[in-house]
Amino acid sequence: MIEFRSVTKRFPDGTVAVDSFDLVIPPRKTTVLVGSSGCGKTTLLRMINRMIDPTSGSIIIDGEDTAGLEPVKLRRRIGYVMQNSGLLPHRKVIDNVATVPILNGTPKREAREHALGLLDTVGLDRSLADKYPRQLSGGQQQRVGVARGLAADPNILLMDEPFGAVDPIVRAELQQETIRLQEGLGKTVVFVTHDIDEAFLLGHQVVILQKGGHIAQAGSPAEILAAPANDFVASFVGADKGKRALRIQRVGDRDVVVDENGTPTGVLQP
Amino acid sequence: MKWLESNLDLVWELVLAHIGLSVPPILIGFLVSIPIGWVANRYRPSRGVILVVLGLLYTVPSIPLFIFMPIFLGTPLLSPVNVVVALTIYAVALMVRTAADGLASVDDDTLLAASAMGYSGWQRFWRVELPLSGPVLLSGLRVVSASTVSLATLGVIIGVQSLGYLFTNGFQRNIPAEVITGIVATLVIAVVFDLLLVLIGRLLLPWSTPDRRRRAARRTTPALVAGGVS
Ligand SMILES: Nc1ncnc2c1ncn2[C@@H]1O[C@H](COP(=O)(O)OP(=O)(O)OP(=O)(O)O)[C@@H](O)[C@H]1O
Ligand SMILES: [Mg+2]
Repeated sequence: MIEFRSVTKRFPDGTVAVDSFDLVIPPRKTTVLVGSSGCGKTTLLRMINRMIDPTSGSIIIDGEDTAGLEPVKLRRRIGYVMQNSGLLPHRKVIDNVATVPILNGTPKREAREHALGLLDTVGLDRSLADKYPRQLSGGQQQRVGVARGLAADPNILLMDEPFGAVDPIVRAELQQETIRLQEGLGKTVVFVTHDIDEAFLLGHQVVILQKGGHIAQAGSPAEILAAPANDFVASFVGADKGKRALRIQRVGDRDVVVDENGTPTGVLQP
Repeated sequence: MKWLESNLDLVWELVLAHIGLSVPPILIGFLVSIPIGWVANRYRPSRGVILVVLGLLYTVPSIPLFIFMPIFLGTPLLSPVNVVVALTIYAVALMVRTAADGLASVDDDTLLAASAMGYSGWQRFWRVELPLSGPVLLSGLRVVSASTVSLATLGVIIGVQSLGYLFTNGFQRNIPAEVITGIVATLVIAVVFDLLLVLIGRLLLPWSTPDRRRRAARRTTPALVAGGVS
């Protein structure tokens, strides 16, 4: 469990990126922070592994205040996946994945062996192991990024718009893969995106943010759709324009669900 | 040609002396430049000052610098150390800017990712920043190498043996073959050093030079496959 307790981050130039933020992130679930550009998502994420230190307030992981932990050690036990993969261009795929365990003291051979297994886990062919990152497609690089994030078998995986730069089809694949991995491995995933559809797809808990890291609404996708807390949320999730409004049409003896344009999207099961 | 044949021993001796004068400044200049370049890159306000001051050093005329070296260093007049130190100063003057540029060329996202993975500051420098600046550092080192090999000829002015001897002696005694031999030998050393540096780069930075063989292989593979099928 990760807990934010009235966390504020003021950057040296005076920007208040996050203003007394409170949130409980449940273990073994996916929590998605969603909001438009500049609302403080990345800042919040990076405060979890102490890439950024809060100005005030505290972040508690499994009962431990992170302020008392050694940042480098903390980072080695939290996976981090970012946009554009952030792979080390001078290390082969396999070494990129094996890096964190090796930093943690795992013998090289063992770490590389384990890394090969992780390539399978994220759906990459083992033949890519000896390639350099630039020889891979964007989607493949992103998968390597995920494998690297998982390599030290962390309980927590932080993902900062990991699929922001890949095409929609690959993106959809990677999203499914993420759901499968999270369920299979039982990781606590904190996922940042500005795409509300992605947030609803992946999130057990979705946190809709406004500027300064103010929470407009937090809850399950169903709760948010059923009762948007205010006009901002309604408009953000598209409820105001009827985007989410589905209706039932009786066709013969079946109930067909249609969207706001009357286009059928599915059939209600009895 | 005649002149060269009868003076091979002298030329060989001078070539070795020339190499001996050139290698230490190239290596020391490289090693000294990296921490200075790191400071210039890390503390942005210092960057301009450091680069301008060291850049100016390169414009100090070489003959006075060579002549004043013994006074600064307290070394004997004819000591090769005078030349080595002077050449090192030029090497640093040339190399620091490249070192700073090389370190600045490393992608911020990559550094960020390295920190997020749990590299400590020190580890990140040695295992990420330095190797990734490699291609830029190498290009700077090649310039320094050529410049140093060429400047080392001037050692003769203060009586330190180098291929420059063939210029002055050949000129005074009016033996064009001797002068030409000096020029060619200097060029050959410069070219060999350059090739060595490129080779070292290939070995140490395999990720940066797109592997020609592999690219060629990728181009030809479909053709081969097609051929195999038909
Ligand atoms: N190092 C910094 N110094 C000063 N201001 C910063 C710094 N990092 C971020 N900010 C500011 O803090 C605010 C929040 O930034 P943050 O990167 O957390 O936003 P974000 O929600 O991740 O946005 P995006 O969707 O564009 O990635 C922004 O106004 C940003 O300009
Ligand atoms: Mg961001």
